[in-house]
Amino acid sequence: MAEVTAPAKVKKPSAINKRKNPIYMAFIYVICIFLLIICLFPFWLLLVNATRSSIEIQTHAVALIPSKYLQNNMNVFKGKDFNVLVGFKNSLIISASATILAVYFSSLTAYALTAYEWKLRDGFFGFIMGVMMIPGQVTAIGFYQMCYKLHLTNNQLMLILPSIAAPMMVFFMRQYLQASLSMEIVESARVDGAGEFYTFNMIVLPIMKPAMATQAIFSFVGAWNNLFTPMILLTKNEYKTMPVMVSLLKGDIYRTEYGAIYLGLFLTVLPLIIIYLLLARYIVAGVALGAVKG
Amino acid sequence: MGKKTISYAKWGYIFSIPFVVAFALFTLYPIIYTVFIAFTDLKGANNTTPHLLTGDLLKNFKDVMATQQFKISFGNTWKIWMMNFIPQMGLALILTAWFTDNRSKIKGQGLFKVAFYMPNIITAATVAIMFNSFFGYPIGPVNDILMRFHIVDTAQNFLIKKSNGQGIVAFIQFWMWFGYTMITLISGVIGIDPSIFEAAEMDGANRIQTFLFVTIPCIRSILLFSLVTSLIGGLNMFDIPYLFLKGGPDNATLTTNVFIYNQAFSGAYLYNRAAAASLIMLLIIVFFSSILFYVMRDRDAAKAKKLRKQAIKQAKLKAKEVA
Repeated sequence: MAEVTAPAKVKKPSAINKRKNPIYMAFIYVICIFLLIICLFPFWLLLVNATRSSIEIQTHAVALIPSKYLQNNMNVFKGKDFNVLVGFKNSLIISASATILAVYFSSLTAYALTAYEWKLRDGFFGFIMGVMMIPGQVTAIGFYQMCYKLHLTNNQLMLILPSIAAPMMVFFMRQYLQASLSMEIVESARVDGAGEFYTFNMIVLPIMKPAMATQAIFSFVGAWNNLFTPMILLTKNEYKTMPVMVSLLKGDIYRTEYGAIYLGLFLTVLPLIIIYLLLARYIVAGVALGAVKG
Repeated sequence: MGKKTISYAKWGYIFSIPFVVAFALFTLYPIIYTVFIAFTDLKGANNTTPHLLTGDLLKNFKDVMATQQFKISFGNTWKIWMMNFIPQMGLALILTAWFTDNRSKIKGQGLFKVAFYMPNIITAATVAIMFNSFFGYPIGPVNDILMRFHIVDTAQNFLIKKSNGQGIVAFIQFWMWFGYTMITLISGVIGIDPSIFEAAEMDGANRIQTFLFVTIPCIRSILLFSLVTSLIGGLNMFDIPYLFLKGGPDNATLTTNVFIYNQAFSGAYLYNRAAAASLIMLLIIVFFSSILFYVMRDRDAAKAKKLRKQAIKQAKLKAKEVA
């Protein structure tokens, strides 16, 4: 057999020649490195300019090496009514609570869709699929009016509680459960006399940990980055989230304080960059995982 | 034996309650209320009592459709989306072809993926203002680079030209999303049975032929998924155009969502018109997502049907055995 296949392979030298064409390979690497710089350089520039004085930035807005005016910029920045710590705290409260609720209740709903045979199940799942793509922004007018009527604007709960119903996450959690949940475990828990709710919390949730972790990251980043709903709901400064505060950075007060603007921008992305650099592998894997379902 | 047939079905309902209640309160009711508002006279700062329109029920929709700004914003939204999506998909496809080609193994793929995806997780609000300051006039990093390399002699005020505004917004969207699309496509290609590629190589297909005629047809559904999700995201574009230039210059980056926001929340208080415009956009989104819905549902439903049929068959067989 080997004698038959060997000459067949030699028959196409063109393909073998192409295998490691150095010019072709160099071209690929040049393009990839160029894109890498385009993706990362803006963030480096934020960091560097956050440490430079306005005069330095005015002479040359691009520099590769940090300067020594970070403290100075920080003082300018603190003097304004843009309080990063307050925005940070608000964003953290909203994003963390929303993520916990979304992950827990999506898992519960996914479990209901996977483990039990009930009449309306298929209809319910079809419904979830149907509303999955509806973005929150198209319902914003009704949502705002509802909150306004009930005096619930400037109430962080209105940004947290809606995450209990996260159709997209239910979809992914169900997909995961179908692949990894064996009903035998559930059955044996039943035989041992465990209640259904207890079984879910103590036996099913631990099985779902990997999916929960991935979904938690995306849910957190999504909640952290959300601008539209917080912007229309939160009018009091003490409640504003990071993105809403960033939008204030554009105001004229900072026009000449270039270093302070860059510092403000850098501070808003710092927590995300840290999370990303720590969890990049899982995040990239999570994106890929989500896509396979498509 | 009787105990085994205990029905646990009720737990399916019970565990779905939190989702259903939250969905009803925070999504369904707001949608219905938005629909209602679209047929009322609700406008003004402190007005909370909408009245159904008495004369022409569709007046708000007609008003919106007749508004020059809405037409412009609708056109801009599509234009900016296409200006971003076509190069984004093109580049993502090329990178996918390179990264999944096992004839030329690219080193450092992990690093490239991490770097290309990074802009996607950064707050869009921050990205918009960051790019706004990058294109600052007369001083700003872009001008600085162009002048240092003597590409231009004097600082350019990029952001006053309409085409520049649209181009830069499209570029920002492209910059934020090409990594995501690339990872999505790569994961699709990895899922393809490798023997197909071996067969193609055996048949003497070159790289380009393999990619065009083997890979792309195999990732059809993922391509459609990327197209539809990007389209829906594009139709809802808000953060970048709103914060980058507030819809300017001269309405060039006014998207439909910025239009809706302006109608309701920036001093005009025209909630009824904003609601009507939202509904027009909702209808368009529902139309496109239903395409995706059918493509994805068919497969799942077919699978579920098969399983159920098998289960019924087995149950019948068991019943016969018992009999």
